[in-house]
Amino acid sequence: MSQSDRYRANPPAPGMAYMSAELKKTIDLSESTVTDDFDERSWDMVVSLGLSRQLTTGRTLIELAEAGHDDIVVCTADLGRPTQVIGFGQAYPDRYFNFGIAERNMIGAAAGLATMGLTPVISNYSFFLALMGVENIRNDICYTNLPVKMVGTHSGIAMGFYGTSHHCCEDIGALRAIPNLTLMAPCDGHALSSALRTNIKHPAPIYFRAGRGREAVVYDREFDFRIGGSNTLRDGRHATVLAIGNLVKAGLDAHDILKAEGIEITVVDMYSIRPLDLEAVRAAAKRGPIISAEEANVTGGFGAAIAEVIAEEGLGTRLTKVGMPDAYAVLGPPTHLYRHYGLDGEGVAAAVRKALKA
Amino acid sequence: MPSRAVRNVDRSLIRDKARLIRRETVRLTDICGSGHYGSSFSMAEIVALLYYQLLHVKAGDPRWADRDRFTMGKGHAAIGLFPVLADLGFFPTEWLDTYSRMGSFLGDHPEMKKVPGIDFSSGSIGHNLSVSVGMALGARLKGSPARAVCLMGDGEMNEGQIWEAAQAGAHYGLDNLIGIVDINGAGSDGDPQQTLRSEPLKDKWEAFGWNTIVLKDGHDIDATFDALNRALNAPDGRPACVLAYTVAGKGVSFMEGTWQWHLGFLGPKDIERAYAEIEAGEIG
Repeated sequence: MSQSDRYRANPPAPGMAYMSAELKKTIDLSESTVTDDFDERSWDMVVSLGLSRQLTTGRTLIELAEAGHDDIVVCTADLGRPTQVIGFGQAYPDRYFNFGIAERNMIGAAAGLATMGLTPVISNYSFFLALMGVENIRNDICYTNLPVKMVGTHSGIAMGFYGTSHHCCEDIGALRAIPNLTLMAPCDGHALSSALRTNIKHPAPIYFRAGRGREAVVYDREFDFRIGGSNTLRDGRHATVLAIGNLVKAGLDAHDILKAEGIEITVVDMYSIRPLDLEAVRAAAKRGPIISAEEANVTGGFGAAIAEVIAEEGLGTRLTKVGMPDAYAVLGPPTHLYRHYGLDGEGVAAAVRKALKA
Repeated sequence: MPSRAVRNVDRSLIRDKARLIRRETVRLTDICGSGHYGSSFSMAEIVALLYYQLLHVKAGDPRWADRDRFTMGKGHAAIGLFPVLADLGFFPTEWLDTYSRMGSFLGDHPEMKKVPGIDFSSGSIGHNLSVSVGMALGARLKGSPARAVCLMGDGEMNEGQIWEAAQAGAHYGLDNLIGIVDINGAGSDGDPQQTLRSEPLKDKWEAFGWNTIVLKDGHDIDATFDALNRALNAPDGRPACVLAYTVAGKGVSFMEGTWQWHLGFLGPKDIERAYAEIEAGEIG
């Protein structure tokens, strides 16, 4: 059996591969070149992008524009399709600026637009926004304290086998050290649309750390996405998982896994990374061990922010950090990488068990 | 400054190796479940000519100090380079079967720390021409005949860093530095000229002080050889830039000239269709 046949017989975990005809029926294929003549498993970029259902930026901004927010302008760097804001460009071509593959120019132009009384929203891959553009973000948007909203997508290791250039695990460490910048992490499509709707008129810069759009759904409706807020999604007395992004769903899965073992955990979506919901950390410390969970480098990341609170306030509880080790990820499909690095329900459950035994 | 011997090979060999690049891109994408067909197919003739006729590299000694350096600004087309490196013997062909799988050395972008024959890692568009400037400066300092060749994409011309590197290359008179732009007209959001116009590229590169060679058809093997040979082997005190006009997805009819096949996947039935077209095609 050839390698290809082996993979065909045992297709990889859910992802891009082996897209079924049923799945394709749920996607707008008007621009796709994949006609009925094709093998039902074939797909082109239109099909692939159609799966990024949790990237609700474009749809939400169209709704806001329709509701009278005529100050919203959208900026991207040749990623209008992959980050799903191209619909805004089609609806409002005069307020949509595609700067091509030229990220730093885009960031500076967004700052300029903000000085003219507009509300720029940048939508781009996080590694080319937060990492490549960190100095421009600091000098042009944050030092100047301009109301630019940034949506960095495909954060963490969501790009899998694309490798380190397309991974973004250092963004939290870099961005949470920049004064004036609010840093938040919407974990699914409802959270992302809530984040934009709640904060579009916030008079200062915000960076929203989002995924690739294929995240498991956590919220069935929108909510008030408060700066400094959090959502307690499960209550349990033994330990607390403070999670962001993809790890919120992993925390919920861990809750179910551990419940069967008689371990009860609280799971909190700490979507506001900076500023943190300090009350949520204090309450967790009273409960028992804390497990921080993030798809980012644990050095300088969200867990490190929790550690600072525990240490500074003398909360005296044990912190176990789940996240990417301080190293570059190996290559592999995203789902396999999540398992490998313990960034799924089993991984978080294992960290809770370890914390309770310590 | 450096001008190196050109291997005398038959045009049919280049055509076969370009077929190898396209065929293996299809096969590796099947292993992976997702792949950049369009940008690999557009560079097939260029890469075949470089590796089988023009570049001086040694598969048995991938770190040979005087080797020509090849970097890919358009790193997402590495899927088309890996089969060439395997074919030349830089690493076992079995490695190709692991493409993108857990722990593989071969992913969507080239990685110098993992893959013999890869001179520099890439994936973030716009970085590698600067790296090539450094390589060319280094070769000159060391008195090495090595040339630094960087293959870029047309969307990459939007990056400011390209023009920073362009100034440095001309300022330092690096005639051992060669840029090749694979102008295939397909970016993430569509034709880069529609997204953010970078043309007229000839005027720009000339204004930046580069010996600029326009290649009207980067799939015409004779014309492509001529353009690349002039860029690599006729140093005149300036860096050289080949503007290679190509077709995204060249070689598989339903992919040609589309942005939709910048990224995609073929089911078994369409793999057979693609293989048949690739084998039957007499490109160049």
